[in-house]
Amino acid sequence: MAQVVVVTSGKGGVGKTTTTAALGAALAQEGQRVAVVDFDVGLRNLDLVLGAERRVVYDLIYVSQGNVKLSQALIRDKRLETLYLLAASQTRDKDALTDEGVAKVMGELRESFDWIICDSPAGIERGATLAMRHADVAVVVTNPEVSSVRDSDRIVGLLDAKTDKAARGERMEKHLLLTRYDPVRAGRGDMLNVDDVIDILSIPLLGIIPESEEVLRASNLGSPVTISNTKSAPARAYNDAAQRLMGADVPMVFPSDRSGLFSKLFGRKAA
Amino acid sequence: MNWFVPFRRRKSASVARERLQILLTHERGTEGHADLIPVLREEVLAAVARHVPVDVDKVQVKIERGEAVSLLEIDIELPCDAQPAKRRAVARRATRSQRLAVSQAH
Repeated sequence: MAQVVVVTSGKGGVGKTTTTAALGAALAQEGQRVAVVDFDVGLRNLDLVLGAERRVVYDLIYVSQGNVKLSQALIRDKRLETLYLLAASQTRDKDALTDEGVAKVMGELRESFDWIICDSPAGIERGATLAMRHADVAVVVTNPEVSSVRDSDRIVGLLDAKTDKAARGERMEKHLLLTRYDPVRAGRGDMLNVDDVIDILSIPLLGIIPESEEVLRASNLGSPVTISNTKSAPARAYNDAAQRLMGADVPMVFPSDRSGLFSKLFGRKAA
Repeated sequence: MNWFVPFRRRKSASVARERLQILLTHERGTEGHADLIPVLREEVLAAVARHVPVDVDKVQVKIERGEAVSLLEIDIELPCDAQPAKRRAVARRATRSQRLAVSQAH
């Protein structure tokens, strides 16, 4: 059965698009059929991070309005044959996206994919609530930094109020993905640590993505970090997170590009 | 908690953690009574200030919500020359009812 995942955060620039691309590619590498959907109308970037920016012809709005078929708008990844992108419109007004239109597209995507990963725009406006509306699972991307944690808390509240799952009285499954984490600074008490953020947000941990230059390198190349350098620390962390999404019990080791010492020091059990 | 650790600078992460915990308690509101905390804060402050001088910045109001009961915690730091030195008032509030049974700890 298809799982719809929303990657959300409230705050911008914390790594939603990077995460959508990395998790999508990690799941596709496991042979899962994956569609990544960009909901950031007017400020699309998932196409760029996936290196598909020159192949976008039709987008989410075309499909939602019934102007083209879903299969015409889906862009298949050149590296992974089970990974598809549905881009957002760069030129249309964001009001062109309607509740009914999105419901129709999500219904169709559910029929042909195992995973549908929705990349939410920043903020708490319509675009963000539309991206989360149909989700079964939410990945709340958070930096260990006060403004990001505050915004994530707000988003957690919205996930419990503005989703179809919440409206049906079901519990929305929410996971914390801590990104740009620096264990050395956290260890020194100069950065919120993993436990601080888990305590404050009270949602289980899906993964810890270390601050790494590999993330920028991957986006420069237009390749998800889980494809561009599979051995890098962020790629391993994203792969582990993808395994946990699939229900595997993967111990929460802290991946590092440096010696194995950090993994030992920061080894922890998944929440 | 101690805001003034002499001879040692407090780590910024623990300041961040505490600020967030206080802020988010306010922002999450209390079901149907989003402004309960600020109202209580004002009224309790006014009552205490009638008897001892109180620094508004040294007052903390928190609500911890539980299944059966919620815990309302009001921390008021009083200056050393005011007696008693520090007093903590703890009020327990049943989640649904508005009735507040205020009991004084210590």
